[in-house]
Amino acid sequence: MNLDDTSLRMLCAGLRERTFSSEELTQAYLQRIEQYNTRLGCFITVDPERSLSQARAADIRLARGEGGPLLGIPVAHKDIFCTEGWLTTCGSRMLSNFVAPYDAHVIQRFKEAGSVILGKTNMDEFAMGSSNETSFYGPVHNPWQLTHVPGGSSGGSAAAVAARLAPLATATDTGGSIRQPAAFCGISGLKPTYGRVSRYGMIAFASSLDQGGLMAPSAADLAWSLGTLTGFDERDATSVARPEEDFGAQLEHSLEGLRIGLPRQYFGSGIAPGVAQAVEEALRVYESRGARLVEVDLPHSELSVPVYYVLAPAEASSNLSRYDGVRYGWRASQYGDLNEMIARSRAEGFGAEVKLRILTGAYVLSQGYYDAYYLQAQRVRRLIQQDFLQAFEQCDVLMGPTTPSTAFRFGDKGSDPVQMYLSDIFTIGVNLAGLPGMSIPVGFDGQGLPVGLQLIGPHFSEARLLAVAHGYQQATDWHARVPGRGEQA
Amino acid sequence: MKWEMVIGLETHVQLATRSKMFSGSPTAFGAPPNVQANAVDLALPGVLPVPNRQAVAQAIRFGLAVGAQINPRSWFERKNYFYPDLPKGYQISQYEEPVVKGGVVTFALEGVPHQVLLTRAHLEEDAGKSLHEDFHGRSGIDLNRAGTPLLEIVTEPVMRSAAEAVAYARTLHQLVTWIGICDGNMQEGSFRCDANVSVRPQGQVAFGTRCEIKNLNSFRFLEQAILHEFERQVELLESGGKVVQETRLYDPERDETRSMRSKEDAQDYRYFPDPDLPPLCIDEAWIEQERAALPELPAALAQRLQTRFGLSVYDAGLLTASREWANYFLTLMAEGTLDPKLCANWMTGELAATLKRTGREVQDSSVSAPQLAALLRRIQDGTLSGKMAREVFEIVWQEGGEVDALIAARGLSQVSDSGVLEKLIDELLAAHPAQVEEFRAGKDKVFGFFVGRAMKASEGRANPQQLNELLRRKLSGS
Repeated sequence: MNLDDTSLRMLCAGLRERTFSSEELTQAYLQRIEQYNTRLGCFITVDPERSLSQARAADIRLARGEGGPLLGIPVAHKDIFCTEGWLTTCGSRMLSNFVAPYDAHVIQRFKEAGSVILGKTNMDEFAMGSSNETSFYGPVHNPWQLTHVPGGSSGGSAAAVAARLAPLATATDTGGSIRQPAAFCGISGLKPTYGRVSRYGMIAFASSLDQGGLMAPSAADLAWSLGTLTGFDERDATSVARPEEDFGAQLEHSLEGLRIGLPRQYFGSGIAPGVAQAVEEALRVYESRGARLVEVDLPHSELSVPVYYVLAPAEASSNLSRYDGVRYGWRASQYGDLNEMIARSRAEGFGAEVKLRILTGAYVLSQGYYDAYYLQAQRVRRLIQQDFLQAFEQCDVLMGPTTPSTAFRFGDKGSDPVQMYLSDIFTIGVNLAGLPGMSIPVGFDGQGLPVGLQLIGPHFSEARLLAVAHGYQQATDWHARVPGRGEQA
Repeated sequence: MKWEMVIGLETHVQLATRSKMFSGSPTAFGAPPNVQANAVDLALPGVLPVPNRQAVAQAIRFGLAVGAQINPRSWFERKNYFYPDLPKGYQISQYEEPVVKGGVVTFALEGVPHQVLLTRAHLEEDAGKSLHEDFHGRSGIDLNRAGTPLLEIVTEPVMRSAAEAVAYARTLHQLVTWIGICDGNMQEGSFRCDANVSVRPQGQVAFGTRCEIKNLNSFRFLEQAILHEFERQVELLESGGKVVQETRLYDPERDETRSMRSKEDAQDYRYFPDPDLPPLCIDEAWIEQERAALPELPAALAQRLQTRFGLSVYDAGLLTASREWANYFLTLMAEGTLDPKLCANWMTGELAATLKRTGREVQDSSVSAPQLAALLRRIQDGTLSGKMAREVFEIVWQEGGEVDALIAARGLSQVSDSGVLEKLIDELLAAHPAQVEEFRAGKDKVFGFFVGRAMKASEGRANPQQLNELLRRKLSGS
């Protein structure tokens, strides 16, 4: 079995036809992780015994003739999803001792589907970061060039999928945390519509923006597994009840007549030439397959970064209040009184970026500033949402570069948080509007680093987005390219 | 200078739901620490709140009961502060838009009708409890109460005396238990009042600086604390001082209030809409559904008892003190033959006294409404005297049993046979000719002597009314 050149459909067929067992498949991926993880830093926790025992359980189900698209398939999970009996750290010292006593909805769904937990992937601390440099567990390295970041916050999942250490990974996206690392690592990533995937058990960063999603080499792989992830959950009040969809069955869809909207604001200055060129070429592929390009306007687009960096920290400052050292998590060893215990535990347990965002959030919510920051940001958020709705009156899907540049070097944006925040400029609007978004690989820049094309659709248009991405991937093979993983060429 | 007291009350009513405001944990009181706290209550990473539909329904019912506006679109906010018994680091409450707006609570105080205007009622969750004893210098946390649904009912500052505040609180207590949204148990904290008290010179329009007094878990404490706080503020102002806006805690053992925190220490709670919870939308259909589920309210029922059964305002008030009490009375009335006044007297007299003596509630009465009805029927038809009926009541209370069977078995029925009574009286008059002469000479007091003797001779069973009549006739020599 060649893990560099496979798909979930093929793996599933191999398992069903007994070409290999889930145990063998899991063992093969575990060996790869063993081989590459030190270098790449994709995984925080691997537990081969536990994974193999799940694989054996899946083999029994397979032997009984049971089916399902993910039965016996090993899947890597972002360490933001609570996983019963597994260390669940969220990339933070604060939760470095936290073994989750329950399964997140997403984990539960994957378990029911019979997939195997391959390990828990590295991430920016509490998903706050765009480079995976804020993780308490050290950085993840981009498998295309180890000197470069994999993007964030789902850097571990992205790098693991890119390096083919896992055929599929879960991830989360609050401001681009699926799409940006997918672009940096040259894989396909899907951030579903807000409310599509239950947030229960997904450790909260910014509740109104957080959404669980998937990463895999191809759109076909994503379509193959998306049904496992989605569905109404009564434990999440923001979960949306929708009729069940077979995303795989809707994949083959002609691109003829597809109206592709190109937001003027996504093609301005500040885009690296290598990125601009690859995106242009991708659009030409779409045109050649019968799609029409329409220029559209997202007039409030440039406000998305400031709006996001008011709202997300505001919610985070409150969401992270539960980490007080009282019931679980990191507790300072030395303290005088109650207040000091809480203050010190938080001072020691959180890293610098998390503290910066908590302070920002507390500030924008405080008396005298609330109206000027928080309320104003909510108003602008509605304008940004309206921009998208108006744009979708003229087109079926929006496209543009996922990021202004390809992966940057470690430390390059470390000194100025605003520079780092600006790299999310194209992805953030999608979260503010609650829309589904994807990134797919469309080539490489001059340094050999992958370029991502972002696809944005109306609410609940995941099936359409996947089909549009799949149409491109039928005509190209960028998604099938495998990185060097730091091996000498 | 004459000072006027201004009072507003905030009452935390613990809603009678099976599960918590935002989690599926049970809300029963008295379980061992932390057994009624699930992942949501413990605020584990990743858990989410889901509003309790029953709690919202109860809030709607309350709003309807006080004639308030049910907000078609309200929302939940987070009130952020750190405390070990507040697991999330924030309390979910309603701040900008409460579920219930306005409303009026009506009651009579010394016969004078009063109306207290409500500002609002909002839903929120309770915190856990910090236990500072029994841990050798350390503190324990019990999260059983964390997340318990509360309806906070806030009045306008419209009350002008402690008595008025207490009457309001009692009426509110009656109302929330009546409509079944609260068990009303004040010892267990199901109904807790905070009082905002200020004073101002009589005639002044502007309010004085107020203090909020917390921890008032009985009507007596509420009254004492308000009176005490009034005196404290007046003394302070009269000695040239100023009232500082602050939160004070009432200490019932010392009968004093003491400062908890001043406005300067007041925290910035950084309220903002909870992004985990969509707005709370209540449509007309839901409101109508709750309206249909609402029982006849105490004031309306009291009115009906007066017009339909001719009861006094006072009796009607007593009989509508609780729904169980009213139901007991209505069960008696359902007999169709019993005198309402007789029933009211027995309930507010013998029954109330016995319940009080035995520490029971009417729903646990050893004499059920049908049993009392049987007893009263025997008073009405003359079988039992009042005194005998009380005896029978006591026997039924102690031993149970069927009233008529008891009367028969113990020979407790009244002697109403005029032949028997006449014979008895004839014997009596024959035995006491001197007293007969005295009576006939105009000494009316001797009548009582004969009644006493006749009762004794009949072992107390003579029908008093009949006895009186016969005796008077015979003594008059007719």
